[in-house]
Amino acid sequence: MYAIYKKELKNYFINMTGYIFIAFMLAITGIFTTIINLMSSYPSFEQVLANITIVFLLIVPILTMRSIAEERHSKTDQLLYSLPVSVSQIVIAKYLAMFTVLLIPTAIISLYPLILSIFGTVYFGTAYASIFGFLLLGGALLAVGMFMSSLTESQVIAAVSSFGVIFAMYLMSTLAAIIPSSEIASLISFAVVLGIFVLIIYNLTKNATIAGITAAVGAFILAGIYFINSSVYGGLFSSVLNSLSVFDRYSTFTNGLFDLTSVVYYLSLIVLFVFCTIQSVEKRRWS
Amino acid sequence: MCRRFPLREMREEDITLIEVKNLTKRYGDNLAVKDLSFTVEKGKIYGFLGPNGAGKSTTMNIITGCLAATSGTVIINGHDIFEEPVEAKKCIGYLPELPPLYMDMTPLEYLQFVAQAKGIARDKREYGINYAMEKTQITGVQNRLIKNLSKGYRQRVGIAQAMLGDPEIIILDEPTVGLDPIQIIEIRDLIKSLAEDHTVILSSHILSEVSAVCNYVMIIAHGRLIASDTIENLSTYLVGSNVLHMTVRGDLGRIRMAINTLADHAKTIRYEENTEEKTDTYNIDIETDRSADLRELAFRTFVDENCIILKMFVEAIGLEDVFLKLTTEDDEDYREEQEEEALEQRENAFAPDALDEDDASEGPSDSDIAPDSDADKGGSGNDHDDDDYKPMFS
Repeated sequence: MYAIYKKELKNYFINMTGYIFIAFMLAITGIFTTIINLMSSYPSFEQVLANITIVFLLIVPILTMRSIAEERHSKTDQLLYSLPVSVSQIVIAKYLAMFTVLLIPTAIISLYPLILSIFGTVYFGTAYASIFGFLLLGGALLAVGMFMSSLTESQVIAAVSSFGVIFAMYLMSTLAAIIPSSEIASLISFAVVLGIFVLIIYNLTKNATIAGITAAVGAFILAGIYFINSSVYGGLFSSVLNSLSVFDRYSTFTNGLFDLTSVVYYLSLIVLFVFCTIQSVEKRRWS
Repeated sequence: MCRRFPLREMREEDITLIEVKNLTKRYGDNLAVKDLSFTVEKGKIYGFLGPNGAGKSTTMNIITGCLAATSGTVIINGHDIFEEPVEAKKCIGYLPELPPLYMDMTPLEYLQFVAQAKGIARDKREYGINYAMEKTQITGVQNRLIKNLSKGYRQRVGIAQAMLGDPEIIILDEPTVGLDPIQIIEIRDLIKSLAEDHTVILSSHILSEVSAVCNYVMIIAHGRLIASDTIENLSTYLVGSNVLHMTVRGDLGRIRMAINTLADHAKTIRYEENTEEKTDTYNIDIETDRSADLRELAFRTFVDENCIILKMFVEAIGLEDVFLKLTTEDDEDYREEQEEEALEQRENAFAPDALDEDDASEGPSDSDIAPDSDADKGGSGNDHDDDDYKPMFS
């Protein structure tokens, strides 16, 4: 596993992706630090981080797009499968390598509060909690991007789809706000989601029976809950969407709160998507 | 666990290294491998032979753990590849059809990575890498980027990778495909030298390659094993025929007379006009039993008919023909079987036993070929009518 980690990490710096990722992130952080902290003399570094999370939209796909798609494209994945290493080890090693690349600029960024403290008072507690949250947010997005990369052979598709998913996450709270909170609207929204889910299942398994059963069971549960206690649905869909808004969770950190639930949220997101990636890679071996 | 033994010892022990049982792999509706069973013993070079798309690569991918099987078991040196993949994979070095190389690395870096990933102890790594590089003769290019290497060298790097960690079994999927003739010879020699202390399985759709390198052949078509034996047995078992090739000059009517006389002693006779020579020259191919020698009789007959024999030689039907015969025969069997199966499936709703019985009788017998191989279909691949000969021109 260590060998794969080492190879992956080295690979990011043999081709330019690692450097581009780090340079881009440092450049943006530098610009915002200059504007907010230096030029406007604003003492809290967390405001910089709050403003630059949008950078992840661009740089996460750059880092994640090749992780699994490229191996599959060049057939080198066969080597990894034939090595005495399990698929989960391979995926985890790849994830850790990406996380390490993220760690490098974050480590450099964490020097900024120290530098700023030369010129005045900096709240180290909130600044470093925000940096920690920033790292977790990035880590969660990397896991999402890696999962997208495991679904396809093409790096371009991987990059575009992870950009799309991360963009949707970025807009999630805005989307949630426009959905009416009435019970029936919520039910309809869930029904639409169920429909999409069934289509995906049908597409993956090509098995009409399984898809049909899923649709029937899902519809039964949705309708059942509606008839038993319809008040459950009030605003439920928007709150589900809100729980998916990965970026909004981060605002608690930049507002100066070290929120343990957010930490758990990000960690479970990482675990979930790494697990999904493992399953997706395993599934490829079956078909 | 994966210790090597010297060759002589292996022969005596005859240890089973790989045991494949009832392996089936289904891609959607397409059956890539069907109920495949075979064993691989220590110290031999095995050749997997079959036309393209026969299921060779699929089988190899399953054995090496790159692909999961729909059903069946694969046991590598006592470890089930599906239950204990890590232990089983330690006994195998695998070179897939396309060498899995990272183009941005040098061969040295690449081998270092593989050695580490294979879990070779740090102190043995350098020796193992150097040994593999020397054996595959890539020491000279070890610091060049793999993307700048020629196909032959890339193949060598792939083989070096498979050798690392000194696995007992080395599996090579079409190792010489796309190489130039000199490289092919070099790679073949390399494979032979590997076999001195490893068991090697290689796949190929080229028969001459398998017969040049391997001492045991498994012929696969449509995902099933249709023959499995040593090269010698395979050719003697199947090849009951000699072909007498002649070039004769003379009057067509008289040649026909002569052929009629010879027909009693031959299985089949074909003749066609020789376009290279002057007119009235004909090529005649007479297929006989292996024991029969028609040369003398043919000479006398043609002389009696006042024809001149320009050329005459005897050829035994080679493995190539056997291979063609087996695979094309299987094509026919396969089609018939598909129809039968469709029929059975309809009947099966009422008689579930019918299918089982039939499966038992059609399963690949563990040594050798369908007993009903029809000699009349001929090695040359041409079908013949019931007449002993027919002209090939009109």
